[in-house]
Amino acid sequence: MELTRRNALAIGAGAFAATILPFQAFAAADEAIAAFTGGADVGEGGITLTSPEIAENGNTVPVSVDAPGAVSIILLAAGNPDPAVATANFGALAAKQSVAMRIRLAGSQDIVAVAKMADGSFVKTANAIKVTIGGCGG
Amino acid sequence: MISRRDFLQATVAASAIYGTSGVGNWAKLAAQQALTQDQLLDFDTFGNITLIHICDVHGQMKPVYFREPEINLGVGAVNGMPPHVTGADFLKMFNLTPGTPEAYALSYTDFASLAKGYGKMGGLDRMATVIKSIRAARPDALLLDAGDTWHGSYTCLKTQAQDMVNVMNLMKPDAMTSHWEYTLGVDRVNEIVDTLDFPFLGANVFDNEWDEPALEPYKFFERGGAKVAVIGQAFPYLPIANPNWMFPGLSFGVREERMREVVAEVRAAGADLVVLLSHNGFDVDRQLATKVDGIDVILTGHTHDALPEPVLVNKTMLIASGSNGKFVSRLDLDVRDGQLMGFRHKLIPVFSDVIEADTEVAAAIEAERAPYIDEMSEVIGHTDSLLYRRGNFNGTWDDLICNALIDEREADIALSPGFRWGPSLLPGDAITREDIYNATAMTYPNAYRSEMSGETIKTILEDVADNLFNPDPYYQQGGDMVRVGGMGYHIDVSKPQGERLTNMTVLKTGEAVDPAKTYVVAGWASVREGTEGPEIWNVVEDYIKRKGTIQLDPNTSVKVTGA
Repeated sequence: MELTRRNALAIGAGAFAATILPFQAFAAADEAIAAFTGGADVGEGGITLTSPEIAENGNTVPVSVDAPGAVSIILLAAGNPDPAVATANFGALAAKQSVAMRIRLAGSQDIVAVAKMADGSFVKTANAIKVTIGGCGG
Repeated sequence: MISRRDFLQATVAASAIYGTSGVGNWAKLAAQQALTQDQLLDFDTFGNITLIHICDVHGQMKPVYFREPEINLGVGAVNGMPPHVTGADFLKMFNLTPGTPEAYALSYTDFASLAKGYGKMGGLDRMATVIKSIRAARPDALLLDAGDTWHGSYTCLKTQAQDMVNVMNLMKPDAMTSHWEYTLGVDRVNEIVDTLDFPFLGANVFDNEWDEPALEPYKFFERGGAKVAVIGQAFPYLPIANPNWMFPGLSFGVREERMREVVAEVRAAGADLVVLLSHNGFDVDRQLATKVDGIDVILTGHTHDALPEPVLVNKTMLIASGSNGKFVSRLDLDVRDGQLMGFRHKLIPVFSDVIEADTEVAAAIEAERAPYIDEMSEVIGHTDSLLYRRGNFNGTWDDLICNALIDEREADIALSPGFRWGPSLLPGDAITREDIYNATAMTYPNAYRSEMSGETIKTILEDVADNLFNPDPYYQQGGDMVRVGGMGYHIDVSKPQGERLTNMTVLKTGEAVDPAKTYVVAGWASVREGTEGPEIWNVVEDYIKRKGTIQLDPNTSVKVTGA
């Protein structure tokens, strides 16, 4: 837990974000969802978002989204300065509708996945991911 | 499958520390000085399968004193549930009588005086006697080690855990999982694992480049006409709580979805009994049991809880077997036609003055210690105070370490990590070099000294507090709160991160900690690579030598609310 002044500033900024960001999608993420859905109602279920509870490294966090029958999936990091992470479109011949990637997180926050299904309906799910200083467990 | 009602009846009839001598009798016999090895080991062999569970020995080959926590708060849904019950409340919950051997073994109340009467607990040679006695009754009993075995003592540090590996091998474990093992460095772990006759399991250990399993997830055993699958789960937060540069290619995590897949895989392969050998920590395992079906037994570890009865979560039985060699759990199971029909359980307390040492293992322990015995047994000072570590907020061992850091390193504020390992010393005891290492031995021991703003100090404490008091167990890392010297604070554990700590005060001036002001902070066990400073055991040794006798005032600098 040795901290130089410079590191301390970085951590201070990250933790400030942590105190205000978790468990809420910010306006920018809401806008991105609205743009994707065109304002349609968004349901739940039929979409699985897999991510670590606590990031081992906030710069490269493995996440995957699985939404059987989806034609399109968007992934958002609600607490990042720019929430848009990825959009995946699936053609009719896609064997499965899932994507996996590694993303960078500015601090503890919710990540949100929204899928557009073949019938034009939308489903959404979100997970909280913590980015911590760590170092005192055990 | 056993119903909840049968479970409760079975618990009263056949479980608990009392063994088969009947509830309450065991304590009475002990009080009459009639406690014998036969009573401690007494067990009416049951069913067709026996599991022997040990965990969190932390390198303690010899018997030790280990005081159980006074404060062990549970937040959210688990508030007031075992293991978040201590002292008199614990004794009441499990119908134990104050002053009895089991009260001494399982709670902190009157610890120093009871310890003088009932003596040290544990010792691998005594554990060997217990294990051999169980195997005499059930030769194919499975010995399962939930990890934190290759760490925590002078000889373990000096031999890079070869001492523990050699002695444990004599007991012939059937499988183990891990946590502190990885702080030996991944190369050393792999080197040891190559020599083992048993699997080193970890279903949640992945290669972090290709995201593929890095360890064997499970092992099948044929026992009593049934197929037993033992799945391993290593500590999920190793790269966060411990230095990730020591095992750079590995990723861990709770990985609930992976556990669901592995359980389905072993069931599909014909498992009649599914056992999870876990270093998740008790609350994480409790939550996992509610979310993943198909696990019959979880042999828990990491959080150092000792419970005299199994805890039932849906259809999963959780066993907690303490730490530092104090206990061995025996679990006999009746498994027929792929169903768990019944069980008998005993948390066997390893009273070192009652249970005879196994001569072969005792000799092996002495052989491992012999090259180091002179340097280890040197008396550095004495203590007038009880020295212990375990508890959510502070312990006298860490008060001593923080005082040493402030004095020896000329710091305003000291931080000592909330580790749960480290045996206790009684008032009047000599403090040997070995005792200091028992509280500090690890592979990243450098005592740093740096400047931090008041705001940074608060950020660190809030971060650690959330790792302990987040209401979702999957976000808990299973250590205790970082110990603070030179500074007091109030904490409301029910608040969210960023709002738990208030009233941070510099003790020597009585002034509030100023977020903008810079303070000199000394600490140890940084997870950062390249941390500089003297090894913590040398800092503590210098301080104790200078003081001669340690006398600690009760620490009232942390005020706790919200639980």
